[in-house]
Amino acid sequence: MTEVEETPLPGVGVRHDFSTKSGSRVGVVSHRTGCRELMLYSEDDPDACETTLRLEEEDVRVLADLLGAAHVTESLAKHIQHEIEGLAMSWLRVSPDSPCAGATLAEIGLRTHTGISVVAVIRDGATTPSPGAEFVLAGEDTAVVVGTTEGIRRATELFQPPLDR
Amino acid sequence: MMLAAGDGAGASIFLELGIVIVGLALLARIAIRTGFSPIPLYLLAGLVFGAVRDTSFSQDFIEVGGQIGVILLLFMLGLEYSASELSSTLRSGFRAGVLDALLNFTPGLLAGLVIGWGWLPALLLGGVTYISSSGVIAKVITDLGRLGNRETPAILSILVIEDLVMAFYLPLIAVLLVGGGLLAGLSSVAIAVAAAGVALVVALRFGGIMSRAIFHRSDEVLLLSTLGIVLLVAGAAEELRVSAAVGAFLVGIALSGQVAERAETLVMPLRDFFAATFFVFFGLQIDIGELPGVLPAAAAIAAFTAATKIWTGVWAARRIGVALRGRWRAGTALIARGEFSIVIAGLGVAAGLDAELGALAAGYVLILAVFGPLATRYSDGLVDTVRLRLAVPP
Repeated sequence: MTEVEETPLPGVGVRHDFSTKSGSRVGVVSHRTGCRELMLYSEDDPDACETTLRLEEEDVRVLADLLGAAHVTESLAKHIQHEIEGLAMSWLRVSPDSPCAGATLAEIGLRTHTGISVVAVIRDGATTPSPGAEFVLAGEDTAVVVGTTEGIRRATELFQPPLDR
Repeated sequence: MMLAAGDGAGASIFLELGIVIVGLALLARIAIRTGFSPIPLYLLAGLVFGAVRDTSFSQDFIEVGGQIGVILLLFMLGLEYSASELSSTLRSGFRAGVLDALLNFTPGLLAGLVIGWGWLPALLLGGVTYISSSGVIAKVITDLGRLGNRETPAILSILVIEDLVMAFYLPLIAVLLVGGGLLAGLSSVAIAVAAAGVALVVALRFGGIMSRAIFHRSDEVLLLSTLGIVLLVAGAAEELRVSAAVGAFLVGIALSGQVAERAETLVMPLRDFFAATFFVFFGLQIDIGELPGVLPAAAAIAAFTAATKIWTGVWAARRIGVALRGRWRAGTALIARGEFSIVIAGLGVAAGLDAELGALAAGYVLILAVFGPLATRYSDGLVDTVRLRLAVPP
């Protein structure tokens, strides 16, 4: 598990940094104004940044989408971000080809089949918190779900296209 | 009055102010082009303007504007930090803060005494040499892309603690400047410091309620409410002899969340304008003829306190595990003195203290506001060169 370090920057915001698998140190400064700075630490001087990329809120969303989309499709079952004693929380993307796209939460019957709950649905950057049973899922939605690890694995499969690929 | 046709005085006010402000605009352009802080240039402009022209018309405006500038400078300083940031930084950076105060306040104090000024101006000079310019430093760190650097939290926490110290130092000075006997002075100092302490606690506890009460979705309403409250509290603080600047600072700390963010963007242009006015006003008060006389002393104090700031920064950065180059970046970044040194000296000048204090502070800030940013920009190269010469391992 990659360890992310958090450092408060009084008057500015907060800095998070971590080491990549290949050993580069990457940092993100989150300004209180909402903009972010993505930085790569220098190899000769590990305390200094070699490259700094300033990202406005809009850019952040685009970059997060690009990285997040790939992440969700690639790491299916591994995609469990937080685990609290048997309880897991995850962000699942609904594939447009999934049978769930266009169905209400009641029709999908997630809780009866997998035991997990949908806490929120993110669509086009807007969040619907605690969607009701009549909420219709669409392709490209991201469902924030809570449940057992096993339940989330099964939900992940449900949100994918049927098993022909 | 202003609309009276052919009113000579009115026209002259506009002419004078126009000349001053156009001059400041040109200086700000130069400052941005060359990557320096405009503060020393504004000071120089005030000095020169005072020497070449009798500013009878706009003097009043510049004086009141300058005072508003001080209030807004301190208000925005308080706004910059949330209450939780202040208390957590106070815990983590306490030792660096103490070292900073010892190393940088003492030289000013001693220099004042050696010059033979007496305690009060010496105490002010201690404040002038103690407080780094958070405005200049924040800009330099951003411009050089060092916000993500590992030494930066060490720099920022020192700045935060200095600002907290100001909350107690300014009322103390304000009371001492008003004068009275030693005993009376001591008791009013105790009252002033207690008042600042109580206000700080209230700000930390009830800031949220206050912020919610002020909030409004209209920018206009928010700007007027914020400014009104800042000036009211500043005025009340002045009445209680706790320095208007401190009142404004505490309002800044008390405001938090959404209000603080919006107020920051709304008040910023006003702050920039009035702060520039303040630097000009400060320059105007100083007799340019006095400057050459105090320059050697200013340079000597500047050299010494640049070294002590470097020491402070190096120590604080080493404590959080930063390597040699980063330590020196932190040390050199802290050298810059600016707006708050002038604010402190301005309090003394306004109270009619030794005229040399103003000139000395002006010379001192002129030197360090220019030298500090330069030093930190080239610190990496200097450290590397010296390291190669001495063959010191990194």
